Amino acid sequence: MLSIKNLRASINGKEILRGINLEIRPGEVHAIMGPNGTGKSTLASVIAGRDIFEVEEGEIIFRGKNLLEMPVEDRSSEGIFLSFQYPVEIPGVSITNFMRTAVNEQRKYHGLDPMPANEFLAKMEEKKRMLDIHAKLANRSVNEGFSGGEKKKNEIFQMAMLEPALAILDETDSGLDIDALKVVANGVNKLRRPDNAFLVITHYQRLLDYIVPDIVHVLFDGRIVRSGGKELAMELEEKGYEWIKAEA
Amino acid sequence: MEGITTNYNTKETLIRLFGENRPEESPAMANLREQAMEVFVQNGFPHTKLEKWRNTDLSRSLNHAYTFPLEPASDGTEPEDIFRCDVPGFNTFMVSLLNGRVTDAGKNLPQAADGVIVCSMAEAFEKHTDLIERHYAKYAGSGDNAMIALNTAFARDGVFIFVPDNVEVTEIVQTVNLIHSSEPVFVQPRNLVIMGRNSSLRLVMCDDSVDNNVGFINSVSEFVLAENARLDHYKLQNKNDHSALINNSAFHLEAGANLSTSAISLNGGLIRNETQVLLNGRGSHADVLGAYLMDRHQHIDNQVFIDHAVSDCTSNELFKGILDDSASGVFNGHILVRKDAQRTNAYQNNKNILISDKAVIDTKPFLEIYADDVKCSHGATVGQLDAEAMFYLRSRGISASNARMLLMYAFVAEIVNRISIPELRGRIDDLVKKRLRGELSVCDQCVLHCNSREQKIAFEIDMSKI
Amino acid sequence: MENDPNNILDEVTKGEYKYGFYTDIEMETAPKGLSEDTIRFISAKKNEPGWLLEFRLNAYRKWLGMTEPTWAHLHHPPINYQDIIYYAAPKKKKELASLDEVDPELIETFNKLGISLEEQKRLTGVAVDAVIDSVSVKTTFSETLEKQGIIFCSFSEAVQKVPDLVKQYLGTVVPSDDNYFAALNSAVFSDGSFCYIPKGVRCPIELSTYFRINAANTGQFERTLIIGDEGSYVSYMEGCTAPMRDENQLHAAIVEIIALKDAEVKYSTVQNWYPGNKQGEGGIYNFVTKRGICKGNNSKISWTQVETGSAITWKYPSVVLMGDNTVGEFYSVAVTNNYQQADTGSKMIHLGRNSKSTIISKGISAGHSSNSYRGLVKMTKRALNSRNFSQCDSLLLGDKCGAHTFPYIKTENQSSIVEHEATTSKISDDQLFYCNQRGISTESAIGLIVNGYAREVLKQLPMEFAVEAQKLLAISLEGSVG
Repeated sequence: MLSIKNLRASINGKEILRGINLEIRPGEVHAIMGPNGTGKSTLASVIAGRDIFEVEEGEIIFRGKNLLEMPVEDRSSEGIFLSFQYPVEIPGVSITNFMRTAVNEQRKYHGLDPMPANEFLAKMEEKKRMLDIHAKLANRSVNEGFSGGEKKKNEIFQMAMLEPALAILDETDSGLDIDALKVVANGVNKLRRPDNAFLVITHYQRLLDYIVPDIVHVLFDGRIVRSGGKELAMELEEKGYEWIKAEA
Repeated sequence: MEGITTNYNTKETLIRLFGENRPEESPAMANLREQAMEVFVQNGFPHTKLEKWRNTDLSRSLNHAYTFPLEPASDGTEPEDIFRCDVPGFNTFMVSLLNGRVTDAGKNLPQAADGVIVCSMAEAFEKHTDLIERHYAKYAGSGDNAMIALNTAFARDGVFIFVPDNVEVTEIVQTVNLIHSSEPVFVQPRNLVIMGRNSSLRLVMCDDSVDNNVGFINSVSEFVLAENARLDHYKLQNKNDHSALINNSAFHLEAGANLSTSAISLNGGLIRNETQVLLNGRGSHADVLGAYLMDRHQHIDNQVFIDHAVSDCTSNELFKGILDDSASGVFNGHILVRKDAQRTNAYQNNKNILISDKAVIDTKPFLEIYADDVKCSHGATVGQLDAEAMFYLRSRGISASNARMLLMYAFVAEIVNRISIPELRGRIDDLVKKRLRGELSVCDQCVLHCNSREQKIAFEIDMSKI
Repeated sequence: MENDPNNILDEVTKGEYKYGFYTDIEMETAPKGLSEDTIRFISAKKNEPGWLLEFRLNAYRKWLGMTEPTWAHLHHPPINYQDIIYYAAPKKKKELASLDEVDPELIETFNKLGISLEEQKRLTGVAVDAVIDSVSVKTTFSETLEKQGIIFCSFSEAVQKVPDLVKQYLGTVVPSDDNYFAALNSAVFSDGSFCYIPKGVRCPIELSTYFRINAANTGQFERTLIIGDEGSYVSYMEGCTAPMRDENQLHAAIVEIIALKDAEVKYSTVQNWYPGNKQGEGGIYNFVTKRGICKGNNSKISWTQVETGSAITWKYPSVVLMGDNTVGEFYSVAVTNNYQQADTGSKMIHLGRNSKSTIISKGISAGHSSNSYRGLVKMTKRALNSRNFSQCDSLLLGDKCGAHTFPYIKTENQSSIVEHEATTSKISDDQLFYCNQRGISTESAIGLIVNGYAREVLKQLPMEFAVEAQKLLAISLEGSVG
């Protein structure tokens, strides 16, 4: 599904990713762990297409297409979803309006007619129910005045609405209390299907208790220095990142 | 021609005086004066038909038989005889001006050895011609500003300060500008402060009255801050009700320079502070602050123009004032963000409290923005003391009048607390309290207190216990 | 309306100024230029009573002694007032008895504008008065309204039908020498709308006027007078368009609103005059005086405007809060793109006790345009316990435009509270990236964000206008971010 080869990326001339290789197949959940400042969020941003990063070398192939040649919105329509670590506030734009625009633009990309309003609203209701999100959220402006937990729930809700092939969760657990964390993790688990995949970026092992990964990667200094099964996460939790640093 | 009409043809007197009193000086200086005089002759005294003067009327202040002292007084009065700065523990290098002339020339700053110059402008005109030539009248443009032009035409003296590159002036420099005359005088001091790269200076400029006579001050100060210079500047204004004070300050900041200027106006018949700041180098920053406490028929006018000429500069403007009795106030803030001044951060706020139905405030916080990557905000409020806070204080047993005073004090404290010289902060804090109690007036130094208003509240509030 | 799925912002339609067509109708015009003769010509054409001709001539004589105001943050070449046609009207063959007799070309024009008069009548229950160039061509629904005693007709008709009402109120809110453009309008106004809501009547439908400038070299000087008698309510809408022409055309209108005791008048405008082309050529010069007076206690006047058109906009819808407990409101979205210039805002003059006013202004500038908010809030000595809150925000798209804020605040009593806040910002890269990541193109994202930014104002509009306004905002900003 996603194939990243020898990806090098920099910001303002400073190299952050120094040759990333990653293969994700449908149905898989991958976790990327690592200390702060090693390039985890950069990787997520580069896949999504944030232009402040300069891709120096390498390729990202997603379902047979070269992502690096596409603008951000096309990557999204192709099925890449990024759950932001710090979702931005968009005053005055209701979530309903925002999602409807997104859904219909993506449909347009695929040559489909806009979704009829009643169908769209029914879908919103269904997803809200599925994720235990209170109805009021939908009429508020995007992320404006949301608590940390509400922002993250809203990200998961959008993910449910857009039904991406690959969802990247960038530190979705940061700033969440245990209850909000469970809501978020439950949402992700409900959305898992054989034909989609998840890339979960996290600093702590905690989230992985609820979203169980198939493969865990350790990112350090811009490279994946170690990959393994879910037990690797436990090992990291016990030994800390110093262990990896020492090895690297 | 429209303009101010008085019973005393002040403008004509000035024109005649200009012709009769040409000092011996360089052709360049003479030319400068002539051009400035032309601007004044063209425009005359500003009047209320002009947009910038709509709410400040000079006609009453000008309606006196002024004399225009151009030469030092010869009666031998020493400022020390009539005025004493009583800030406890506040050791400053003081320069006194009496009726617009520096009186104690010849004193030397301990740091003179490092090249720091603090002297009279009269001396600087003679001794520091290169610096004068390079900087004098370069920042306070007299373009269409008749008051600056008038000052430029007549300026004879004032304070000159030069701080060389990399010198930190340790002593606080204080100027005290006094008027003392049995007849109405019109004086025009002119100051110039030149700061080299990475230099720093703390400067306190006081305008005080020592008697209750009529006086008109038209002062112009120019400040130029080279790269990374730091200037901490205070204006303290405590004038009698018959005085008029027009204070033009022009600040020119180069890259990385940092300015903090505060205008604390405690009393004065008519005060107008015109402050212009040119942020001319990247990364420069200006704090422009003001507090005013006016009552009786006093009038305060603060005009602030901040020019963000280049990118990455920040400015922060906050003026707070309380107006009682028939006092009137004007605030006119103008932030200009020029086309390429990207990443500008500019904040402007004017907050007013009116505590009488006869008091009037006009406030105009303008923004003029030509760059898109900017964060600008401004605000203005006019209101009363917070009723809920009043209730809260009174529920704790504080009398209504004390609660009122306390809240007024708290309102102004936001400005006072930002004074970075501790002794000065303490003194101004004290002055504000006194002012709020109605004790502070021109006659503060005089036991008769003939001009002071009735003292409504007789005890000191212990702020620490609230 | 937020919960109605049909009102979700539709996909932004592509296209430039779509009302730029010109209709070929036989016209009757006055000779170019302005003189007492022109005024007598207009007055005679309209068969006006002597007092109205006097009113016009008085205004004209005052205008001759006045000069064009220069204080606004606007730049334009001098206007040659002798090069304008002051009267242009579709030639009437005879009195129109029904809609069938209206010139088919004209009907077509209004169909193109999306205001099919017949359709409107049947479907939406909105009464429409359509003014083309200078003359009101058709007022729908007037019979239905008459049953309730509501008078809604063209201004000329009102002069004939209810001269006393017109005489009583004309020029009482905007005196004929109020300002240069008001004096000009008072001298040469040709037609407009008149509306009177009797005591205690709540007007059951939205009243709407559609203004269109069609003929070349023509100025449009319409005059609207709305009187809300005691305890009445009316919501009034005004829309405007003009053909695309290379030369500038002058529009100098006056709107006067009188709200008597307990009355409420809500006035909404979507102003979409031709803004000129991308190089700043052509477009309407829009110098308009709109003012209402809350004359009786507890009355309320609310202005809502969406300004997307005109090369130049000079307009300050104001409220004089004369009665006690009166309310004045001003909600505005002003968009400028390319070389458009807008200097707009509001005046709230508080005279009555416990009066309240609100100003919400959202300026959006793009291209090489200049967008200024200018406003005055005045609390007089008598206006005890009054309140004003003003929020004036500017959004900048691009680094070649200007956004300015010029508020004037004057307070003369201690019990009133005035608060003014303003911010200037741009659409952040983070917001755009967030939208892009959800699959939304940059163009759509800007439309979305701008509409969100303006939502506080848009939600004040009657439903019929809100959807149109949202689309208009997005269209006006097309191509503003590369």
